[in-house]
Amino acid sequence: MTELTETRYAYGEALLEAGKVYPEVAVLDADLYSSTRTILFRDAFPERFIDVGIAEADMVSTAAGMAASGLIPYANSFAIFLTAHCYDQIRIQIAYPDLHVILAGSSAGLTQGPDGASHQSLEDVALMRELPHMRVLVPTDSVETRAMTIAAARDIDGPVYIRLGRYPVPDVLDDDYNFELGRGTILRQGEEVALVACGHMVNVALEAARLLANRHISTAVINMSTIKPVDKGMIEWAMGNIPLVVTIEEHSIIGGLGSAVAEVMAEDGCGARLIRLGTRDVFGESGTADELLEKHGLTPSAVAKRVGKEFGR
Amino acid sequence: MVVRDVDALRRLAVELRVHVVRMMGANKKHHFGGSMSAADIVTALYFYRMRYDPEDPEWPDRDRFIMSKGHCVPAQYAALAMLGVLPVEELPQLKEMGSRLQGHPAAHLVPGLEGCTGSLGQGLSFANGMALAARIQGRDYDVYCLIGDGEIQEGQIWEAAMTSSKRCLGNLTAIIDRNGLKAMDAPSCAKAMDPLIDRWMAFGWSVCEVDGHEMADICEALDWAEENEKAPSMIVAHTVKGKGIPFIEGRPEFHNAALTEEQLEEALGGLEEQLEEWEEGK
Repeated sequence: MTELTETRYAYGEALLEAGKVYPEVAVLDADLYSSTRTILFRDAFPERFIDVGIAEADMVSTAAGMAASGLIPYANSFAIFLTAHCYDQIRIQIAYPDLHVILAGSSAGLTQGPDGASHQSLEDVALMRELPHMRVLVPTDSVETRAMTIAAARDIDGPVYIRLGRYPVPDVLDDDYNFELGRGTILRQGEEVALVACGHMVNVALEAARLLANRHISTAVINMSTIKPVDKGMIEWAMGNIPLVVTIEEHSIIGGLGSAVAEVMAEDGCGARLIRLGTRDVFGESGTADELLEKHGLTPSAVAKRVGKEFGR
Repeated sequence: MVVRDVDALRRLAVELRVHVVRMMGANKKHHFGGSMSAADIVTALYFYRMRYDPEDPEWPDRDRFIMSKGHCVPAQYAALAMLGVLPVEELPQLKEMGSRLQGHPAAHLVPGLEGCTGSLGQGLSFANGMALAARIQGRDYDVYCLIGDGEIQEGQIWEAAMTSSKRCLGNLTAIIDRNGLKAMDAPSCAKAMDPLIDRWMAFGWSVCEVDGHEMADICEALDWAEENEKAPSMIVAHTVKGKGIPFIEGRPEFHNAALTEEQLEEALGGLEEQLEEWEEGK
């Protein structure tokens, strides 16, 4: 049985590592230290941990002040509150002056599950992608979450948004995976269709590719975990070599990965066809993660069915 | 720079007002009222209280001043120019295309600005972050944050206020520029603003009140705040919006307005007269 992990937990565990290596790292939390396991950092470095309480905007602005004074702050909350509730603070106080603040939005997407539309963030990637200077990262598994969390302090000097989930997923990347900002990774080669996915949907894409192989449809899978700056070269390669590109994201098809890929393809004027899978301009609702993925066509079989239709198979 | 002589500080405050009026000029909309009401406070901070080396505005141990009511940044530009951090000749480029002197603080463009504001209500949280960073890094600098009295209608101010007192940020001083007017009218026309002092005390702050145009009292209040190590300090400064330009004083229509050429001349004339009186008095 493959071990399943939630990326939000991998984030909290990686913070502890980052804290050990970098004395400038500080962590801000808004009453969720158990949900993201920032409690590990709190217990190891209490003097560098600030729980501001239920005050996300205050947290984000405080993080900006810390970054302006030489610290490397990580601030986390549920993805929708962090990005939507604090958009103005992030925009003016962090993105505009290009401050090195790492924003981690947890429980993102439909797989947040039972709490419903108020808590299911289907717009966070769009909101963050719009901001100048902001890097937008969507890790697919615990390996990539750890790599990105450390790299955000070590390799990047400026604002970073990392999107985290609470859906148990298997690790699809090897332990020696090396994250590089702005670089997509080909996880499976194929010639007839390219599934370009991020986050939890990478595993869905890999499963769908297996089902499509049974129908003799040669399917490539690309992990596009940096949404901004997006790997233009990888998209150009895919559309130059594969006639059908399909993006899969647990996010609105407006403004997220699908939009980023569409923008590159449209400006390039290529002939490849694009299908965007995600939520289609609707809010979420209460349900289990699996029920919601099913409803929005984001399961391996639903993806395989949708792609197979294009081939009449 | 530390100026101890109160008369010299009063003179510097008039000079600062002259710089503000000159950089704003005639026929362009500017936030005259708030910069003028804050002028004495900003002067006392930069020329009396703050540990600040104009030759090295990035000095990690400098005291920090954040203009939370970002539209009043011209008063800060003026102080920085008087200190030599910015060239005085650059001031009239305020809000012009291509200028780093943006209408609201762009900290990444201008040495001496500590953070970006402009969307009201966010500066006190930012100041908390700087004060917390001092503690984490074992530095002994102080942080000063100027807030508008209308600005405290923003809920985030009170979120921040609770963080400051919870963390016992004795290295933080906030000053409310209580000029009694926001863009349209008095803050109390929209929300219940009193009892202001009791509220800050109830939020765990040490509070004092001061006449925000009485230089000796401002300095005394800043000394009091500096010595208060146990809790964040709040100075409620009673001020007059537009102070120093008699015909705009207390008039909300000059919150963000243009002066005519004649009005500009009149404003500068009055201030320059004050400067001359100082000279003669010597």
